[in-house]
Amino acid sequence: MGSLDQLYQQVILDHYKEKHGFGMREPVAGRLLAQSYMKNPLCGDEVTLRVAVERTADGDVVRDVSWVGDGCSISQASTSVLYDLIVDAPTEQAEEVVEAFRAMVRARGTVEPDEELLGDAVAFVGVGRHANRVKCAMLGWTAFEDALHRAVAAGNSGSGDPVPGSMSEERS
Amino acid sequence: MSQALPFDDVELKALRASFPVLDRSVGDHPLTYLDSAATSQRPVEVLDAERGYLTRSNAAVHRGAHTLAEEATEAYEQARAAVAAFVGRADDELVWTRNATEGLNLVAFALSQYGVGGADAGPYTLRAGDEVVVTELEHHANLVPWQQACLRTGATLRWIGLTDDGRLDLDRLDEIVTERTKVLAFAHASNVLGTVAPVERLVAKAREVGALTVLDACQSVPHFGVDLAALGVDLAVFSAHKMLGPTGIGALAGRREVLAALPPVYTGGSMVENVFMESSTFREPPQRFEAGTPPVSQAIAWHAAVDVLSGLGMDRVAAHEHALTARLLAGVAPIPGVRVLGPTTADDRVGAVSVLVDGVHPHDVGQVLDASGVAVRVGHHCAQPVHRRYGATASTRASVYLYSTPDEVDVFLEALAGVRAYFGRN
Repeated sequence: MGSLDQLYQQVILDHYKEKHGFGMREPVAGRLLAQSYMKNPLCGDEVTLRVAVERTADGDVVRDVSWVGDGCSISQASTSVLYDLIVDAPTEQAEEVVEAFRAMVRARGTVEPDEELLGDAVAFVGVGRHANRVKCAMLGWTAFEDALHRAVAAGNSGSGDPVPGSMSEERS
Repeated sequence: MSQALPFDDVELKALRASFPVLDRSVGDHPLTYLDSAATSQRPVEVLDAERGYLTRSNAAVHRGAHTLAEEATEAYEQARAAVAAFVGRADDELVWTRNATEGLNLVAFALSQYGVGGADAGPYTLRAGDEVVVTELEHHANLVPWQQACLRTGATLRWIGLTDDGRLDLDRLDEIVTERTKVLAFAHASNVLGTVAPVERLVAKAREVGALTVLDACQSVPHFGVDLAALGVDLAVFSAHKMLGPTGIGALAGRREVLAALPPVYTGGSMVENVFMESSTFREPPQRFEAGTPPVSQAIAWHAAVDVLSGLGMDRVAAHEHALTARLLAGVAPIPGVRVLGPTTADDRVGAVSVLVDGVHPHDVGQVLDASGVAVRVGHHCAQPVHRRYGATASTRASVYLYSTPDEVDVFLEALAGVRAYFGRN
């Protein structure tokens, strides 16, 4: 099962078993907030993800990524890993991580991923060799990107209701 | 089913030799192809027929006076006669379509618009107050076109539900199929559950209330002998690529009287008699429904496919698949955490066996099976409602065909049994 283990690295199996950041958390007053819903209509995998951003003197910082979802090990584990990487990261850095992750899973395994930037997410490098699974890996990350942009753009206050989820989907 | 026997090892080896792809490997494993319900593999007889036509006689059909055009037209119409005869229809009762989905859309559109003769287009036009009845196990192709037809016409969509063991629930049939029912559209065999519908009973009920029957025969015609005329269905669709033939071609087979009463849907060249600047007149079926350049080489390849199937004998194909299906079901039953969607015995069932693996998503199941060279389908198989009916969003489907072997079933079962352990679900 050599190629199988390249895809399902232990990090992925661990995150699939114990999902980090799982569960929707209530808004905290004063934080920018937005929520996104992403579904892959081909397989039915779905993620609902909420981003809370704190506006500080030094810039915007992602303070929480709370999420629920249902789907394959790749989609669930990648969202769990995203939580570990993104929480408490400045939004610029978060965007940089998302871009690097997207580049890695779309590179068909031809690019050596930046381990410093991507941390445990480098475990998903093998996904690139399976074109059908790229959307799985991107599901939660696309939801995060969408929610982050709308949280910052709209300047939604956490005292209000979260923005309803978008119905759009990742198209790679 | 008659006394026909499954193919023995020698026969199986000989017939598999016609399918070069079955000889390949996937990684370090020989290919175990159990995805024929999605698309079947093609034998060299079919590939050679298409190539033979293209390398010798390729030409536009039904036009031109040259030798190649004559040969092409002859081969093309012979193909129509052969495919029609394979399902018990005459050659003027078979319309080529792009695929079965297009055939169903063609019917749904023809029944929901005024065509030849304007508002009095015929007895079958759907109107407000009419009802269309489908079943809960339909492929989206035999559901969504009817939803849309109802939206266009004001007709109401109703459906026959399912029992917990995966059969059509006919207890309330008399309440669902009534004098208001204009169309009864149903799958001959379910692509997810494998369930074979009791066609005779449904046709009898439809006739009793004067409803048109539309049969989705995509998962039946490839797997056992189907005589549409004997079954008494009005219209039926099926697809070449699920029965050893090419993609890009399907068929709508219908009773002559019914096809004659339907208006054209696609219009343009090849389907007209006289065209004036103001208006046009249309040809008789089947040409009335075949606008534009047809799939000629695909039709010829399909002819070769039905010849292969007839040569093997559909009774033996059915017996072979019945034995493999029974082996599959018996082998899946004792695997912990694995549940079959649909009937758990091989009676009145085709060899599409969908399973749910507790705690493991179908995409992950499919990936692990692929690592053993096993090709199955994962997802909702274009049938979301039937999955929802059984509390699932997706499943893993193994499907056998005439070239499948008992050993391949065993390879699948062994790989399936290891899936939950791989994801730490034991």
